[in-house]
Order: sequence, then C-alpha cells, then structure tokens
Amino acid sequence: MSNSTGRVKGVNGNMLTVEFEGAVSQNEVAYVSEGENRLMCEVIRLRGRRADLQVFEDTTGIQIDDEVEFTGELLSVELGPGLLTQVFDGLQNPLPQLAEQCGFFLQRGTYLDALPRDTKWKFTPKVKQGDELTAGETVGIVPEGIFEHAIMVPFNLPGQAKIKSVVEEGDYTVSDTVAVLENDDGAETEVKLMQRWPVKVPIRAYDERLRPAEPLVTRIRIVDTFFPVARGGTYCIPGPFGAGKTVLQQITSRYADVDIVIVAACGERAGEVVETLREFPELTDPRTGKSLMDRTVIICNTSSMPVAAREASVYTAVTVAEYYRQMGLNVLLLADSTSRWAQALREVSGRLEEIPGEEAFPAYLESVIASFYERGGLVSLKDGRKGSITIGGTVSPAGGNFDEPVTQATLKVVGAFHGLSRARSDARRYPAIDPLDSWSKYVSVVDDESVKAAHALLRRGSEIGQMMKVVGEEGTSIEDFVTFLKAEYLDAVYLQQDAFDAVDGATAAERQQHVFAVMLAIMNAGLKFKSRDEARRFFHELTQVTRDWNRAPMDEDKFKELEDKIKGRITENENNAKSLSSD
Amino acid sequence: MQKVYHQIDHIAGNVITVRADGVKYRDLAQVTSRHTTSLAQVIRLQDDSVSLQVFAGGRGVSTDARVRFLGRSMQVPYSEALLGRIFTGGAVPRDKGPQITENLIDIGGPSVNPAKRIIPRNMVRTGIPMIDVFNTLVESQKLPVFARAGEPYNPLLARIALQAEVDVIVLGGMGLKHDDYLYFRDTLESSGALSHTVMFVHTAADPVVECLLVPDISLAVAEKFALEGKRVLVLLTDMTNFADAMKEIAITMEQIPSNRGYPGDLYSQLAARYEKAVDFEGAGSITILAATTMPGDDVTHPVPDNTGYITEGQFYLRNGRIEPFGSLSRLKQQVNGKTRDDHRTIMNTLIQLYSGYRETVEKQSMGFRMGEWDNKLLKYGKRFEAEMMDLSVNIPLEQALDLGWEILADCFDAIETGIQSDLLEQFWPK
Ligand SMILES: Nc1ncnc2c1ncn2[C@@H]1O[C@H](COP(=O)(O)OP(=O)(O)OP(=O)(O)O)[C@@H](O)[C@H]1O
Ligand SMILES: [Mg+2]
Repeated sequence: MSNSTGRVKGVNGNMLTVEFEGAVSQNEVAYVSEGENRLMCEVIRLRGRRADLQVFEDTTGIQIDDEVEFTGELLSVELGPGLLTQVFDGLQNPLPQLAEQCGFFLQRGTYLDALPRDTKWKFTPKVKQGDELTAGETVGIVPEGIFEHAIMVPFNLPGQAKIKSVVEEGDYTVSDTVAVLENDDGAETEVKLMQRWPVKVPIRAYDERLRPAEPLVTRIRIVDTFFPVARGGTYCIPGPFGAGKTVLQQITSRYADVDIVIVAACGERAGEVVETLREFPELTDPRTGKSLMDRTVIICNTSSMPVAAREASVYTAVTVAEYYRQMGLNVLLLADSTSRWAQALREVSGRLEEIPGEEAFPAYLESVIASFYERGGLVSLKDGRKGSITIGGTVSPAGGNFDEPVTQATLKVVGAFHGLSRARSDARRYPAIDPLDSWSKYVSVVDDESVKAAHALLRRGSEIGQMMKVVGEEGTSIEDFVTFLKAEYLDAVYLQQDAFDAVDGATAAERQQHVFAVMLAIMNAGLKFKSRDEARRFFHELTQVTRDWNRAPMDEDKFKELEDKIKGRITENENNAKSLSSD
Repeated sequence: MQKVYHQIDHIAGNVITVRADGVKYRDLAQVTSRHTTSLAQVIRLQDDSVSLQVFAGGRGVSTDARVRFLGRSMQVPYSEALLGRIFTGGAVPRDKGPQITENLIDIGGPSVNPAKRIIPRNMVRTGIPMIDVFNTLVESQKLPVFARAGEPYNPLLARIALQAEVDVIVLGGMGLKHDDYLYFRDTLESSGALSHTVMFVHTAADPVVECLLVPDISLAVAEKFALEGKRVLVLLTDMTNFADAMKEIAITMEQIPSNRGYPGDLYSQLAARYEKAVDFEGAGSITILAATTMPGDDVTHPVPDNTGYITEGQFYLRNGRIEPFGSLSRLKQQVNGKTRDDHRTIMNTLIQLYSGYRETVEKQSMGFRMGEWDNKLLKYGKRFEAEMMDLSVNIPLEQALDLGWEILADCFDAIETGIQSDLLEQFWPK
C-alpha cells in the first residue's frame, strides 16, 4: 500500500489543492490535519504532482502546508450484520452513537465504526473444508432480526477458491475470521462477518441481470394501478416544493411489499428524517408484525450537513442495498432528493472550474445519474435465487419546471415517472401525481386494457373541464357533462387517497383489483340524467358513499353493504334510463 | 503573533488578494487604508496568495493598505448584556451603548445531529386567524413570508414577534431600509419587547459584505440562548438581500452562476441557515421567521424557489393579506389536533367554502348566471375576507373558531357545510 503524503497548497470552500509525493489514485481517501482534527477527504482530480481533494467537512482553519495523508483506499463502507435499524450519515457514521459522544452538534473529524465491534453474532457455517466458492457465495448465516443474514465470500475475490478452514457454529464478532479460502496459487483470503466495499463500484457478484417483471405493490392506488413500479425497477418523483414528494416516499417506505427499505435522506430537511426515526420503531410492519425499523436502514445527510458527504450518501445507500440484494432479498431504495445530490456535483464541478453544461451542472451529469439508477435491477444469484433493488428518487426541479437537466437526465433512464403537479397539490388532490403526465413501463396490478380505458376517460374529462371553463356548464352537452363527472369521480375516489386513514391509506393489490372492476363498470354504465344538477347530485352522493367504502375494511360486512349500495345506485339509474327511452 | 502585510496584489469588487503565509482558511484580518479600515475574511488560499472579502467593501482600499491577520475566524460576543442592544451586521454597536467584548463565540458552527432532534410539539400563538386557525405556526419551525416588495411583511413579522410567547427575540436585518429599521426599533421599544431583543441590523446603506454576516451572527447568538433553555424567535428580513449579497461575491470571485446569476450553492447556503431552527430536548428552541421578497412577484425566482424547498411551509402575503391558497404550515398537523376538537374541521370547511367562493367570483366575472348557492358563497366570501383574512383582526384561536361557526351559521344551512353530525351538534350556533 502506498500511503503517500502531501501538503495543502490551496483551499477554496470544501476543496483542497494538495501537492503530493508518491502515488495517489483517483477517488482515494485522504486525511488532512487541521490542528487536532483529522478531516476526511476524497481525491477527485489529479494533475501532475497536484491533486484536488473534496473535504467531507467544514474547512475552516486549514492552512497552506498542512499535512495530508493518503490512505490508498477508496471511499468504502462496512457491510455485515448490524446494518439494519441503524441511522447513518453519508459516510456511514452512526448518528445516535455520534450524539452519545459529541452531544447536540456534529463534530467534524469524529468518525465511528459503522458496525458495533463487540456484538456477538451466532454464526452457522454452510460450507465445509474443500468446498469451491466464488465471490458472493454463502459461507454461513447469522440471524439479523427477522432475516437470515448471509455471510458471503468477499465480493472482490477473483475466480474461485477452496475453503481451507471454517469455524464451528458459535458466537463471533464482525471482525472475527470465520473461514479461510485458498486458491490454486495458494493465496489465502479471510472471510469475516464483515467486509468492506468501495461505494462507487457496483457489486456484481451475481449470475445475471433479469428484466423486472413483477409489480412492487406500494398500496398506493394511483401507483399500483396506473403507474406501477416493478421489483428491480426504477422510478422518479419530480415535483415543485410542497407537492408531496416526501410524504409519498414516507408512505411507500411503510407499505411497500419488499424485504428491506433503505431511506436515503439526501440534502433535505433534518426534521423529516426525525419523523421516520421516531415513528418507525413504534409502527408495526404489516408483513412481519415486527417493528418497521427492523427492516429499515436510514442514511441521512441532510441539507446543512457537509455537501461532499451528501454526494457520498447516495452511493453509501445503494451499496448497502446491493449487499442485501446479494442475499436474495428484495430491497427498496428511496432517495430524497436526487437533485440535492446533483447540486453537490455541481458545486464540486464549479470549484474545479470545469466547463459547465446547462444550468451550470457538469457535462457528465447524465452519465452519473444513469449509472446510479443502473445499480438498481433484478438479478439471479449464483445459487439461482433472485434478489432485487428498486430505486425511487425524488427530483426537485428549479421553479417546479420539469424541463431542467436533472429531471430530463433522470427521465431518460427510469422505468416510471410519477410527476407531481402544483395544480393537484394546491387543490389538495393527494397524492398529487398528475394522471395525464405520468407514465410507467411496468406491469399494473390490474389488466392493461382497463387501465387504458380509465386513462382515456380521465383525459376526456380533463378536456371537457377545460372547455367548460370557457363556455360554462350551459354550453356543455349533458353527455359531456356526465363524462366529466365520471372522470372527476374516478379521480376523487380512486386516484386520491387519504394517507392518514388507516384503511384508505393503504390498499392491497387484491382490493385494488376488486374496486377497480367496480370503477370500470361505473365508467361504462349508460347513465342518464334530466338535468346537470341532477347529475351533479348523483355523483356527489356516489362519491360520498364510495369514500365510505374506501374506509371500510374489506373483511367487514360494511364493505359488502356499501359496495351493494354503490352498485344499486348505478342499476337504478340505468333502469330509469331504459324506461325513459322506451317511453 | 499577528502578522502585518503591506502589499495588495489585486482588488476586485469587495475582494482583495495579498501574498501572505501562515494564514488559516476563514481567518479574519484588519485592512487599514488611508481612508478606510475594515475587517476582512479569508475566502480562498492558493499557494502564497490569500483572497479576502472586505466587510466594508473594496472601495477606498489602496494597494499599500496594511493587512493585519487576527489569527481567528469571525466571532460574536455572547452574554445577557446583548439583550436590549442593537448592532451592525459586523456586530459593532449601532446604538450608543458600549462594545461588548466578553465571551466570544464562533459563528456558522456545526449543524445539530439529526438523531438529537425531536418532533415539534408546541403551537406558537399569534392572534392572527390566518395563521392560528389555518396554518398554525409551531415552535422550532422555519417559515418565510413570501411577498412582493411593498407588502407589509415587516409589520407582520414585528406583530408576530410581539404576540408570540417567546423568551428572546433576535432580529437580523439585511438591506433593511433605514425607516424599517427604526420601525422595528420603535415598535419593539414601545411595547417593552426591546428588553428581551437583540438586533443585528445591516441597512441598505451599509457595506454589502456585512449583510452576509447577519444570519450567521443572529443564529449563533440565538443558538446560545436556546441552549440555555430560552425559546428564541429569530426574524430574518430580507433573505433575498442576503442571497443577492452572495450573488455579488460569487460574481466577483468569477464563480460560474447556475441560475439567473446566483451561485450553484444557493440552496446549501440558505439551508445551512434555516436548518438552525431546532427544538433542543431538555433545553430551549429556535423558531425562524423570515421575509423573502419575490422579485417580479415570481415565486419561481431562484430565491423564493430554493427557500420553498428548504423551509417548512410559507406564508404568501398578497394585497396586505395572508393568502389561504399557497400558504402552508407543514408542521400544523403536529399541533392542531390537540387544540380544540373542531379546529381541523373548521380549518378544512372554511377553506373549501372559500375556494368555492373564489370560483363563483370567477364565474360571475365571466358573466355566468348566479344561482342560489352562488349567492350564499358570495355572502360568505365577503364575511370571510373581512373578518378572518384582514390582518387587523387580532383574536385568540378559540375566538376565531367560534367566529368561524358564527359566519357559517349566518351564511349556510348546517347540512350544506358537510361537517360531520357530532361536531354540528356540539358547535353549530343554535
Ligand atoms: N398524501 C398527502 N396527504 C395529505 N397531505 C399531504 C400529502 N402529501 C403532501 N401533503 C401536504 O403537503 C405538505 C408538503 O408535502 P411534502 O413535504 O411531501 O412535499 P415535498 O414535495 O417533499 O416538498 P419539498 O420539495 O419542499 O421537500 C405536507 O406537509 C402535507 O401537509
Ligand atoms: Mg420533500
């Protein structure tokens, strides 16, 4: 290992110019001494004997000729049992432990182990001496909360190797060696409960990538039915401030049908993380009956925390996601907001005086965003099991205008687009996903044709609504007016969902299928009214009843009663219409 | 040891460059020319050249100015003696009182560990129905007032400050008109609030770099008071001037602007200040109310836009009233379930009906026929605007809720309000 050294020759914001001796590699981690503090940095450009480093901390107090030590290692995270339930900063420092040590405030230069070193884990070997293994294959398991946590051959093991020795079942800490591998050349590799992995390098110790095919049920109707997400897919949620991006992700993090959720709070409000942090331990996971926190990891580098660590935080998050995917689990990574990460890139690029692209974002923005989302996906592992990472990122476009570099670059690579609209959030039509703008390439929980029909109705309804603003109700034919009311009804009772109601807030896939069939029947019903007022009253009442229906648990009598009531109203009107026309 | 340098290489705008060694990033220096003397702060080190931002501005600085490095970064005195006092953006007394030199604290300190934060829980009462009823302000919230220049945002801030039950008020003025500064001073003084207020005021006539210091100084002092258990309210007006000062420096430093000339880190810079709002478990709290003027009344302008992405809601001040639409307190649900049983229902019902009123007004202006329901809405809308929205209304929350019921009963039948029957039984005026 090189362990070169250098001296500071320039300071500009969180950027250092360092003159070094020896060899230094791109993205290598270094430490700069500032008085008593050793502050972590990362090499981001090399030019001759000078390197540009971004500091993961505030740079106040650094001076020319301060010493810099290079570590020879890329920015890496610790992977092993004990990640779940934790709250880390962007560099994987556990925040509660930092608080114990430093009190109210974050203290620069304090770095703690991500995984506790003294916890003992009950390890059960799954291999024996002489077994041949490759990177990522399971050596043994330890229980981690509700999961069987696989201890895997280091992901960077080249080729294959034989188990030379393996420990017996027993209690071990993360730094204990549980097995030794030996390859044909006699080179040995130790397997510990914990391994380290560089965050900017994808883990590829799987067999092959597959096409995402299964829906990831979020229990949000407008998502699952109209703009579905797939396990192993990617999607984005752009929207102006206050439109409901964070709330949407919070709901998803609760109800999504996955094994593990990684919440990456990237450059947003600390207060929002606190809500998750304080509430999740109290909430039960409907799938397991255990605390939601048991399946969650929070990576939290909020807006006032150092910007370089914000850039690192999304990589830390996706690396942890990849690690659990390697165990055959379905992982959901929610990043809020990817724009803050892009802005961190922009700040760095600006300080490096690179030639800027649009809105001063670096020219490589697109490829960086693309390679981040590419780390999502469905894979088959070497033992034939499948694992997936689904990535959902919010985007915070300047001025709420989607025609900006981050939104556009993201739209090119994701499989679904949930665009939030200011008009819908102002009208309190939550979730404010625009049904006319949004799209998804994945498979819905209901059949395609029905969704298309519903979509067409919504579009027609919106056109009529626009027209009516100009010509008034009187200038609109009663047929059109009824179409408009049908679209409004579908919006009110199916697209909109009351996040704070225990039943309406989360709609299971079977229920969506059941309810959507009823919606379809209503859309196709030949309703007739004598006047617009009568039509309005009819749909007003129908909306009330359907909302009550949405609040009724599916296994209660009330559910059936209300459904019958809704169907009864429709039949009644249709019968009247028939007798009218036969007159 | 304090070193003195005499050779200035470069003067551009408010930034000077000298050759010096042993200088720390963000250190302060005293720059003395024939005509001027000012503090300056290191904003860039490159080999042996040091760039400094001169607080009083580059004007009048000569190439042979004396630059004396102080060996420390920007600090501000902190003690109880600050209360009742008024300072400049550079923390020099603006009143006739003595300079305070004891107990210097750093400004722009580290952020609070998110794991130490708690969920906000206390309502801040303002006596303004548009806030208390519809968008309740919460202790430790960060909230800007978005307004066009000329709207009475400063009187609104002053009024909230006087009415809120807080222990300490910190006023940070940036680019404040002198009249507005005097208005704040006199209003706080005549109400007796000045004795628990400290003001850091940069006026439009002062050097622009001092404007940049105001939020950090104000918040550093606020943080100390809060750590000692005080509930602190920080007023920052006008944050758009702060952003414009950053823009000016960024351009001088030849940074590549991202959007309408503003630097790419505008979001991070604003967030670093607003995120100081906090409720310390076992100690006090910081609530931040800011004024953000919208150039061209355009909310998509980079300053209000970035602010909206940072703060926990916003109040839109338009035509002297707080707009019910667009205004949002994102923390209101933390407290408005614990005030009175009818609070949320009244909030939702009055707003829905008011939105109906707005639609009716639009229809009316397009010449469409007014029905019976339209006429009810018109009557309701007028009362709502006069008795709830008007900023001169000053009543406690409970009285405002009662008034809401009274207006409803005057304009509508109970059934038309869509309010659930148990609440109607309890609250509908007989
Ligand atoms: N599904 C919902 N149901 C009810 N209220 C909602 C919903 N979504 C959003 N809101 C309201 O809107 C507010 C803002 O939502 P949210 O914080 O999710 O916005 P955002 O898009 O993340 O904004 P920003 O970009 O500023 O972070 C919430 O505090 C809440 O009052
Ligand atoms: Mg958000």
